[in-house]
Formats: sequence, structure tokens, C-alpha cells
Amino acid sequence: MPNMNGMKIALIGSAIAALGVITAPLYVDLFQLMQLTVFAAMAILALSLGFIWGYGGILCFGQTSFFGLGAYAYAIAAINYGDSTPALVIAIIVPVIFAALLGYFMIYGGISDVYLGVITLTVSLILLNLVNSTAGDFYKIGNARLGGFNGIPGVPTINMPGDSSYILSPEQAWVLTGLALIAVYLGLRALIASTFGRIIIAIRENETRAALLGYDPRVYKLLTFMIGGAVAGFAGALYVNWGAFVSPTIFALGLSAQIIIWVIIGGRGTLIGPIIGCLLVQWMVTEIGAQQTLDANFILGAVLIGFVLLVPKGIAPTIRDLVASRLQRNKSATAIEDVKP
Amino acid sequence: MTPTPLLETRNLTVRFGGVTAVNTVNFSLKEQELRCLIGPNGAGKSTFFKLLTGQLPPTEGHVHLRGQDISGAMPHQISRLGVGIKTQVPNVFNAMTVEENLWIAARRNHLPKFSTDLAEKIMVQLRLTGIAKREVGQLSHGQRQWVEIGTVLAGEPDLILLDEPAAGMTHDEVERTAELILEINKKRALIVVEHDMQFIKMIAKTVTVLHQGAVLIEDDVRTVLQDKRVQDVYLGKGLAA
Amino acid sequence: MDIAIIVGLDIISGIASLLLISAGLAVIFGMMKIINLAHGEFLMLGAYTTVLSVSAGINIWIAMLVISPIVVGLIGVIVERCLIQFLYGRLVDTMLATWGLSLVIVGTTTMIFGNTIVGVASPLGGFKVGQYQSSLYTPFLAVMAVLLMVLIWVVMRFTRAGLIARAVMQNPDMAATLGVNPAKVYMATFGAGAAISGLAGGLLAPVAGIVPTMGAAYIAKAFITVVGGGTSILWGLITASGLFGFINQIAAFLTTPVYGEVILFIAAVVLIRLLPMGISGKFFKGRL
Repeated sequence: MPNMNGMKIALIGSAIAALGVITAPLYVDLFQLMQLTVFAAMAILALSLGFIWGYGGILCFGQTSFFGLGAYAYAIAAINYGDSTPALVIAIIVPVIFAALLGYFMIYGGISDVYLGVITLTVSLILLNLVNSTAGDFYKIGNARLGGFNGIPGVPTINMPGDSSYILSPEQAWVLTGLALIAVYLGLRALIASTFGRIIIAIRENETRAALLGYDPRVYKLLTFMIGGAVAGFAGALYVNWGAFVSPTIFALGLSAQIIIWVIIGGRGTLIGPIIGCLLVQWMVTEIGAQQTLDANFILGAVLIGFVLLVPKGIAPTIRDLVASRLQRNKSATAIEDVKP
Repeated sequence: MTPTPLLETRNLTVRFGGVTAVNTVNFSLKEQELRCLIGPNGAGKSTFFKLLTGQLPPTEGHVHLRGQDISGAMPHQISRLGVGIKTQVPNVFNAMTVEENLWIAARRNHLPKFSTDLAEKIMVQLRLTGIAKREVGQLSHGQRQWVEIGTVLAGEPDLILLDEPAAGMTHDEVERTAELILEINKKRALIVVEHDMQFIKMIAKTVTVLHQGAVLIEDDVRTVLQDKRVQDVYLGKGLAA
Repeated sequence: MDIAIIVGLDIISGIASLLLISAGLAVIFGMMKIINLAHGEFLMLGAYTTVLSVSAGINIWIAMLVISPIVVGLIGVIVERCLIQFLYGRLVDTMLATWGLSLVIVGTTTMIFGNTIVGVASPLGGFKVGQYQSSLYTPFLAVMAVLLMVLIWVVMRFTRAGLIARAVMQNPDMAATLGVNPAKVYMATFGAGAAISGLAGGLLAPVAGIVPTMGAAYIAKAFITVVGGGTSILWGLITASGLFGFINQIAAFLTTPVYGEVILFIAAVVLIRLLPMGISGKFFKGRL
């Protein structure tokens, strides 16, 4: 019984956004377009955590693991195939398999939120060390040298499906990434409105009750975790495509923290929130990078603490609740319903 | 030959550390039977329910549902075999509407359209239609209790366990709950845990008394309420009324 | 034969370093059931304190054994009063706040000291086993780890503070019935955990490259150890450090240190699948 009004608003908003994405190259210069492209890829990553945390109730502190695995899988596959189409598919499959394995051990073990957060964070740290150690000729997958801390340069960027000689221009890559963000947003919206989505929300709300009604919470949580891995991996592929380069810093603690901050600022339990949070923080980090006085970590940390203490719900849900209570007040002024059963 | 009972426990026992919360309980329930389960606080009634629904694994002994051993099965597996429970503290989906709570429960066995109809039907039966669109988290304790009963009914179980369904209700509401239970009992078996003896008298046929985790007596409601041991156990608490 | 002694020493030093880098985290986890994500930064602050004290002319032993724990312990108390106390009962939010704190500390340290590596010389020389050279500092760390465990045990077992701590571990509401203000307990816990981390950081200073981001190098292992050990402070810590230190060093010896870490992690994940409450949740329930 999804809220059809909300879906309508989302569709109209998405249509307008899509129009903006397609026409942007006409009035935005190339440098800014490149900037927007990476923002859009990051926003997809934000959606992946917004989905599993905000709707699935899964506290993942290491979402960058799947992002990084997707990025590396894309780079390695694209170098080997010389074509981006299979590489994109592999960039989704690899993180999904990894999420399935990791998720199985954590979710079927029945560990607490605190443990899950810490373990997922640890995974990203260990992947960082692991990939960092792959310098030298020995570490090769097919034609792709992993390159250790130097990363993989010269990754083939996205081409037209079926024609590997037609490489997308930066403008086309922007349109692709921007539309991908909108598509992922709508896809997750539809998923949340589906029976599956209702059930994962029910499990988030009360796992015991869901189990007592015959739903196996572990299966649904694992699937949610895997979907999050898929979306993050896809974002990783688009991110590599932006810079034609990937290095182990993609697994670093800084990015893990940022993803969490995006979702905290934007708000859990909405999809638009994480996108807003991501865009705000990315813009802020770019601005901080331009000055020398304050360290970016310092500001990010202060923002995180500030939101946890003062706006724990995040921007989007806070605004939504304000609007709702305003509407409620107007309504209850006109009619007082009898709500006794 | 006697028919296979709907539910049967054999030597069912659970211990926490040194405490035996449920002690070698042999319990049997026929199809479509209505049984009341009483006993003082700490007698092990809620723990017994947790063992029946898989929320706790037994330390010893077995639970059989229509002859099938379900001891140690997971809650969702037992639920799918047709056991529904209203827990003592309401377990509901707070951020969802009343309608959605019931729909989720119905959707487990039915397609979306039918689930909507079934949820609607149960809301009418439980008089929840007026609050269908309200978020359950904002409702009163009594209303949440009704919503939980609604989700249990929407799952269409053959056996329903109700843990203190009349707690915190007004006199009228208690009477309605009793009527409802008798109505449900036309199709389904129930085990009802309750402290309110007036309520027990309204619905009970056979009563099982638990004391310190073990079955003290199991008999016709009048016999049980007049039993000396039962009165001692309760120390006259509400029993004389 | 020599190689066996060296591997044996490696295992002992591996276990000792896990004990040291995880102890402060374990104290806070055991008492407050949260993972302090600023743990690595507490270690880092301990190391910096030692470096700064030494360069100010203070004896290195006093710097790392006395000044580092006191300074970082005080920082812990301040953090608890200014931040953590507002989030009691909100486990996830508390962890997020400590993550923010971690970033703030890294940022502040970077702004003050810059992103360059500093260090202090090891105060102890080396020794030889056959053809293998080893530092005396390694067995010294092992001795310090043992002393730290003994200290925690004595405090927990024989002092009033330890009694209160044990009560809180069993049941947080019990502190109140003992006539103790829970806020004080948490403040003391956070201070003690930070002080132990400061001590560990000070002890690591001679063997670590000290930069504002150095904490990241230690937290993965510390997290694994504490999560694997569970909420019982002493027994969880000792069993998990023993098990994981052994696995890590053997794996590192057979492959590379990085794979050693990966194997350690896989072992921990399998362990968590089998014992979701950690080792102590299964075998040392309700113990120290």
C-alpha cells in the first residue's frame, strides 16, 4: 500500500531532473560538468547506504568496500576486455558476491548493530592494506597490473555498448552518470514501494514481529545488504570512469566516514536525503580544499558531531516532519476524528 | 485411537543459569480447542509461549505440532506452520499505518489484492477502520494491542496464542475481547494467558494452571477455580471474586 | 632451532601488541557496550605526548609510562563530559559521535603538527639469536602487556572502583543501587580507557611512524580483537589476543604480514558466525 502521491511527486521531480541533466552541457562549462559527474557518482554511493541503513536498518560503516571493489572490478575488466559493457556488469557482480559472503556470516550469525558496524569498517581497512600491498609485476589479473598504492591508471572509460571504439565524451559521460543517478533513485523508490520494500521496513521496525508473522529476517536483510553492494559497486564503476584511474585510497577511512556523514546529514529513512547530504558535503569539501586554514577532517568531524547531537534525524526527515505537523494542525483544527477502536 | 493433537509438549523444560523457568511440562491441545493458561507472576507462562513459538530453544523436551517435532525451529518456520502469537508487550510495526501492519501479515500467504481485502475485513471485525491510516506508534496501548491481534488474525493461523489480551483494557473492552475470542474459536484453536479472573470465567472451558514452571492442575474451569492449591498459589488474589 | 625461537618471540610480541592496542578499547566496550571509533586517535595522542615530552627533555620512561596515560586520560574525561554524556543510551549515535571525534582529533593534530612523520629512538638495544637480530624492546612490550593485564585484574578484583565496574558490566542499572552516580562511572570508564590507550600509544612511540593518521594502522586489529573477545574485559581480551595473535603471526610468517591480517580477519568473521557474542559471551559470561 505505497503512498501513490509520493511516487507521483518523485516521478515528476525525476523528469525535471532528467531534463536538467540532459540540457546541462548547454550552459555549464566542462570543468563544472566534470565536477557534477563525480558528485553524481558519489550520490549513487550515498543512495546505496541510504537504502540499506535507512530502510533495511543495517548499520554498515564500510560501504566504501563495495564501492572500491566495484571500481577495481570495473578497471580490471575494462583493461582486459577493452570494452566497458561487460566491465560494468562485473563491477556489479563482484561486490554483490562479496556482500553475500560477508553478509551471510554477519547476518546469519545474528550479531548486533555495534558489531556489524565495526566489522564492516574493519573490512574496508583490510581491503585498503591488501590492495596497497599489490605493487609489482607479480600482482596481475590478466593484462591489468594492480599497482599497489599507485593504483591503476589509464582505465578505459565507458564506450557505446557493442562499439568499443566509440568512447563517450565527457559531456556524454555526465549525461550517463546523471541519468544513472535518477534511474537508481527511481529504482530504489519502486523497490521500497514493492512488497519486498514493505517487508524490509517491517523488519527494521520490529524484527521479532516480522519473524512471528512468518518472514525470515535474515534472508531479507542479506538481500538488502547485497542490493546495497550492487548499487555501491555500480557507483564505483562510474567513479573510475570519471577519472580513468583508481587507487587504494578508495577504501580509506576518510571516504567511509564521508558516506556516513552524507546519510546522517541528509537523513535516514528517505532517499532524497542522502543525495542532498552527499551534494552538500562534496561541495563543502571542494570549498575547504580551496583554503589552507582549516583541515577538512576537522570540519567533517565537527559537522558529524553537530548533527548527531542537534539534528539526529537529518535534514530531509526533519523538514518532512515539520511540514507534516503543520498539515496535521490545519487538519485537526477543522475536524476532530473519533479514533477509538 | 485418539486423533493427533494440534499441539503437544513432552517434558518441555528450559533453564536460565540455575533457574528452571519451565519444568517438564506435558501439555496437549486439540484442534479448535480454547484453553486458558493461568498462574501467578513468574509461573513461566510467557516463557512457555516463547518455547512454543521458537523465540527460545528448549533445554530439554519437545514441542509437536500435529505430530511434527518443532522444538528448536526458528520463529518464522513455526509461524508458517500456522501458529500466531500476540505477545505480552505489543510487538507491532510502529512507523507503519494500521492498514500496512495488517497487510504485511496477510501478504505472507496471499497476493497483494487479496491481502488488501483481508486486511480490510479484519479491520472491520476489530473496529479499526477509523484509524486505518494512522501510524501505529502514535496509538494508545490498547489500540496497539488490537492492531497486534489484527496482524495475528491476518496471518490466518490454526493456533493463536494470546498473552494477556485484556491487560490495560476498560470493562467494555474486556467484554468485547471475550466475545471476539469466542468468535475466533469457531474456526481456530487458542491458548489465552490472562490474570483477570472475570475474563477467564467469560471464556474458559478447560484451564491449565502453571506454578513455578510446572503444571499444577488442569481441569474444568469451575473445578480449577475452587481448587485449594490454586487458591493458595494465588493467595486469594482475585480468585474469590 | 633459531628460527623457532624467533617465530616464538614473534607470536609473543604479536599477542602482546594486540593486548596493548586493544585494552583501552576493551575497557570502554565492556562497560559501555560501544566501540570507541576515536580509539586509534587516543593511541596517536599517546604517541605524540611521548614524542613531545622527550623533545622537551623529559626522560622517555617517564614520558611514556606516566605522562602519556595521564594526558590522554584527561582528554578522555573531557571528551566524555563534553560529548559522550549527552548520548547515553543511544549506542549507535555514540559511536557516530566518536567517529566525528576521531576526525576532529586527526584534523586538529594535522593543523598543529603537520602531516610529517616524527619519532623517538628506542631506549633499549638489541640482542642476537644465532644469526637473527632482535630488539630488546619487543620482550619489554610483552612484559608491559602482562603487567597491564595484572593491573587491570587487581583493580577489578580488589578495589571499590573495580567492584562498581563489575556491577555495571553485569547490569548497568546496578550501579545506581550501589549508591553510585552512573554518570561518574561512565566518566571514569572513558577516562580509564583513554589512559590505557594513551599508555599503549606511548609504548608504541619508539616503534611506530608517528603521524596524525597513524591510528588507522592499529584500529582494524583492535576492533577485531575486541569484537572477537566480547564484552568481558579481561578474559575476552586475553583469549582473543591469544587466539588472534597466534593466528596472525603464524599466517604472517607463512605468507606476508598483509595476508596475515586478512587471514586474521577471516578467522574473526568465522568466529563471529559461531559465537555472535564473542568468545567471552560464550565461555566467560559474567566474568571479568
